[in-house]
Amino acid sequence: MPTRRRALLILIALLMLALTSIVLALSVGSMPVSAGDVFAALLRQPTPGAEIVQQLRLPRALLGFACGGLLALAGTLMQVLLRNPLADPYVLGVSGGASIGALTAILLGLSGFGIDALAFGGALATLFLVFGLAHGDGSWTQTRLLLTGVVVAAGCGAVVALLLALAPEQQLRGMLFWLMGDLGQSSESGFALGMLALCLILALPFARELNLLARGADTARALGVAVPRLTRLIYFLAAVATAVAVSQAGAIGFIGLIVPHLVRLATGNDQRLLLPASALAGGSLLVLADTLARSIVAPQQLPVGVLTALIGVPVFLLLLGRHPR
Amino acid sequence: MNIPLLSTHKLTVALKERFFCRDLDLAIEPGRMVIVLGPNGAGKTLLLHTLAGLRLPAAGTVLLEGRPYAAWNADAAARCRGLLMQQQSDYFASSVLETTLVGRHPHLGRWNWESAQDLKIARSALAATGLEGLADRSILSLSGGERQRVALAALLAQQPRLFLLDEPLNHLDLHYQIAMLELFKRLAAEGRSIVLVVHDINLAARYADEVILLDGHGTVNFGPTADILANGRLSHAFGHPLRSFNIDGGRFFLPE
Repeated sequence: MPTRRRALLILIALLMLALTSIVLALSVGSMPVSAGDVFAALLRQPTPGAEIVQQLRLPRALLGFACGGLLALAGTLMQVLLRNPLADPYVLGVSGGASIGALTAILLGLSGFGIDALAFGGALATLFLVFGLAHGDGSWTQTRLLLTGVVVAAGCGAVVALLLALAPEQQLRGMLFWLMGDLGQSSESGFALGMLALCLILALPFARELNLLARGADTARALGVAVPRLTRLIYFLAAVATAVAVSQAGAIGFIGLIVPHLVRLATGNDQRLLLPASALAGGSLLVLADTLARSIVAPQQLPVGVLTALIGVPVFLLLLGRHPR
Repeated sequence: MNIPLLSTHKLTVALKERFFCRDLDLAIEPGRMVIVLGPNGAGKTLLLHTLAGLRLPAAGTVLLEGRPYAAWNADAAARCRGLLMQQQSDYFASSVLETTLVGRHPHLGRWNWESAQDLKIARSALAATGLEGLADRSILSLSGGERQRVALAALLAQQPRLFLLDEPLNHLDLHYQIAMLELFKRLAAEGRSIVLVVHDINLAARYADEVILLDGHGTVNFGPTADILANGRLSHAFGHPLRSFNIDGGRFFLPE
């Protein structure tokens, strides 16, 4: 178990990582911007590179950070709630609903805010559908919730395939990019950042109770945790965090599954540290992945979801091999 | 008059249409060791969970220190009674010391971290269960018996006044079975009460002050060990004839 001091040190180190990744994202790209120009831009001074930084790279980096943080936080919470290391933010089908909403918006010729709004609506609709169906007989077991989520996700997958099959050629590329996850479509990061802060603030007071919940619902109840109330709150937080991230950036994979494991391997399984550390690490990883995605074959851009997988998988395997215990 | 640590009045435990225990009147005074006996599926775990306040009784009342669970704050109840689960489930790795510290939860405020005092309590709980050397090991690397002792250590760190133990001797070798029973006896001598489920009738005969005997058909008997272990009752409850022997002043049972 980390002491409070050690937890703070780890969080400060991760905060530095997050800042570094954002500064890197601001200076790297198809058009090189010097470090001096980056700082000038942040101080709102007009320089040649400043506009690119202020208008394009900064919002994109902040959005990437927020979405990465939300996904990693949601993944951590889902793994604890379902007591399943394979759980990720999408197990309850939220990404499927968001995908249907977003693809419909693209088919209708909407862009920007229209796509975000329909994706968020779709995510919330599946969320209520899954929780409503799982609640059917009044008992709310995690198996029932998980199975309902999996089935609804499968149904959404079929609708997504149908939409792709019906889509005209020129819209197909945009739809595929959205499905793989893409940070280039939204320029508004305030909402996602605010939601990340809100979810963290709401989850952190319950962090030690989540530690107990990770050891089993009955054990937690015997130790004084109000389990039904806690699980309801945390499911809702995780689902909303996922819905926000997916509606802003598409169904970016791997962050929500792998970051919680990475952080757990490095710092242990104390949710008081794990929750904020996952959010910071997830945000940093997504910013780095997105920077790579738009600079490897610049000026062409790759879908960031491909990069998160390419970075996440080897790092994860490396850490797993280092811990034979 | 002393208020019993745990008492029930006309307690009925049932699951759907099946009754496991009817009209149980129980009074467990501080310092008592009570053993629950009964065949498989007789409702021992259900009874224990009902006594712990995790399940509502089908009828009747359960009082912890004279008050129903509804009148207890959850944290305060967890400082008063502790429950050992029959199965220990670990989904994520954590160290033996961390797992033991879980028992300190009801003693900590929402924003508190475990103090040096909590660490000291956890370490002495590990020492009491013979786990001193394993504090930094991952629980996923332990054997079944070691894992069971970690769960007992966590419960000791919880420092409840009433211990409800569901098969605490599971997975333990002979040495630790006796060592843990002696530990429970010392706890009882300090004025704590122990209610435990055990399958070994001879250990029950040796250690229990009182016995709760379930027969699996709703009949339940509670009373001093010697009365409850009278041959006929045991044979009836377990559905198998037993013979008793007196050896060196102790009473021993063997199946026929």
